[in-house]
Amino acid sequence: MEETPTHIQKQSTVRDVLASVWLAARVPIVAVVLAMLIGAVILLVSGANPVQAYAALFEGAFGDAAKFSRTLEKATPLIFSGLAVAFAFKAGMFNIGAQGQLLFGALVSAWLGFGIKGLPIYIHAPLALLGGAMAGGLYAAIPGALKTFTGAHEVITTIMLNFVAFNITDYLADGPLKDLSAGNIVARTPLIEDTARIGSLGIIPIGFLIALACAFGTWWLLRKTTTGFEIRTVGINQYAARYAGIRVPRTIILAMVISGILAGFGGAIETQGVIGRYQPGFNSGLGFDGITIALIGKTSPFGVIPASLLVGAMQAGSSQMQFNAGVAKEITDVIQALILFFVAADVIVRWIIRSRKDTGEPGLALSSGWGAK
Amino acid sequence: MTARPAPSTPLAAFPPWQRWLKRWWAGLVLALGISIVIVYYYNQVPDITTAVLRSTVRQSTPLILGALCGLLGERAGVINIGIEGQMLLGAFVGFLVNVWTANLFLAVMAGILTGALLGLLLAFMSVTLKIDQIIGGTVINILSLGLTGYLYTAGLLTEGKLQSIRIAGLADIPLFGPVLFDNPPITYATVFLVFLIHYVLFYTKWGLRTRAVGEHPRAADTLGINVYLMRYWNVIIGGGLGGLAGAFLTLEAVGSFERGMTNGRGFVALAVMIFGKYTPLGAWGAALLFGFATAMQTQLQFGGKIDIPHQFIGMLPYVLTIVVLAGFVGRTRIPAADGIPYEKE
Repeated sequence: MEETPTHIQKQSTVRDVLASVWLAARVPIVAVVLAMLIGAVILLVSGANPVQAYAALFEGAFGDAAKFSRTLEKATPLIFSGLAVAFAFKAGMFNIGAQGQLLFGALVSAWLGFGIKGLPIYIHAPLALLGGAMAGGLYAAIPGALKTFTGAHEVITTIMLNFVAFNITDYLADGPLKDLSAGNIVARTPLIEDTARIGSLGIIPIGFLIALACAFGTWWLLRKTTTGFEIRTVGINQYAARYAGIRVPRTIILAMVISGILAGFGGAIETQGVIGRYQPGFNSGLGFDGITIALIGKTSPFGVIPASLLVGAMQAGSSQMQFNAGVAKEITDVIQALILFFVAADVIVRWIIRSRKDTGEPGLALSSGWGAK
Repeated sequence: MTARPAPSTPLAAFPPWQRWLKRWWAGLVLALGISIVIVYYYNQVPDITTAVLRSTVRQSTPLILGALCGLLGERAGVINIGIEGQMLLGAFVGFLVNVWTANLFLAVMAGILTGALLGLLLAFMSVTLKIDQIIGGTVINILSLGLTGYLYTAGLLTEGKLQSIRIAGLADIPLFGPVLFDNPPITYATVFLVFLIHYVLFYTKWGLRTRAVGEHPRAADTLGINVYLMRYWNVIIGGGLGGLAGAFLTLEAVGSFERGMTNGRGFVALAVMIFGKYTPLGAWGAALLFGFATAMQTQLQFGGKIDIPHQFIGMLPYVLTIVVLAGFVGRTRIPAADGIPYEKE
């Protein structure tokens, strides 16, 4: 951490700001270009036309107002799961369990959404949102506590808890909370009340605006509060943190809970803004995409937003691509893996953009092993 | 983290057999308990008991291979959370080659080769590029998921799968015969590999070097061991084992491929490796335990004897993994340089 004297910051011009944005964004941008190029080679080899495929992908994501709105809608839960994973990274934890936390968030918000009747919208919708967020937070407390008290590595416990969450939510949606209306045979909850719905302002979904606010809130919490400072310190060096008098176990559990709250929030917004009920299988993959997004965004809350828009656009446009160019949707997964590879392997990217001087940016480092170090 | 109090007497002070007992007593008690239950039930319902045990062996095979894959890498100092991806792509390529050539041997080899290539990719990322190893594994997982999803076309018909080889004589022993000596080839190979890797790791020069590189790479380097090369080879061979686990799924167990068919087995294998204290024999025992839990789950689910929602039975292996991990990982000693890229001076 280098100290920047305040009088220099005051003089910063628009050009300086742009320069710093470029400095932060150049590796991801080059990574995306490289990944798309390799993706094009894969498409060519498998007999598809990459120009046509990418054109259809772009058309499907940004073609008109409705499609753009769909892209924002797709990006919204991704921002949340990306923030969740990024936040845990800051505390030195790898939360692969965003998926499970998100499922609980989605289910509890649906339950509060259809179970409570007669509330005005300005109470009911926030209540269901917060309920979902809290459910995600509580669920994430489990791996946090297991890590601090038994040393069980969160990578494994969170993965296992994803399977457990999938089973429990499936049971609830097929049992106690099942939609019992005539003609329904699948596992799903009833539709939520209109007062729990989250709509949109013109073409911009309100959920997207909430997501932007949460990204700002996460940045503020991490950078401007004592708690955030403690979390970042624990993430960098637990021994130093303990020596400085920070209560490490408490901080780790708290970081996991906040991470889970963010994931649960994403699930709740997906239920109340898009799906309108909980149905098993409708939220699958959102939590795992959060890992890719957090890493492409270099674990920064503001980096998560463009990363989510990118992945959201790929998801929104992939159906059109499949329809127009006959290319299977899953190619976007391959491209995401390649983006992740190039972002992490910034040595390669730096070599390509001929920037050999060390700018002092820290590389992506998450863990130094299984041991609780 | 919560530092555990150091044992009052160092373990090395005990004679070997006591040391061994102190290390493995929990596993021994468990094995003894399970054996008693098995013998009891074999007297009551021999058919079901045999079926459950056969299923245990089947379920545990991909877990052992996955655990051996992770173990080789981590003993050399490279964390591999990409086992899931290595299994999945190995399963897919093995299946494709079987569809194209109708030659099961070629198909298994193709699966192994695929896993080894992904191992090479992981080694390149973590040893040469020094990317964070957790990210490297995640790249492999997403890449495999994407590639298999993209290239998979529905309706490919399999050309048969590996059949059981009955070892005459031995297979006629009651209970153990049909369980141990009437299995398809990859299952036999897996048991052989457990002992082979145990021998190689602990009784050969190669194994000593592998462990040295994982514990103290600088010291190993000083003694003239090529740290990078040892890590490369171990991760590549491990990858091949992961690919074999995948080939087992498509060519021996199921006989066909479906998207995402590994279904978390690669991650359970990681837990198995840790529970087995980074030893092949320990991993074998742990994998049998998880295989047993899965077999019991299937039996309970389709036996229809008890009235519990299937979702609760379905999460049995995962809950067991968490409980076991929470109870045991604190007592596991992890290779000291695990997960840390080595920088030459």
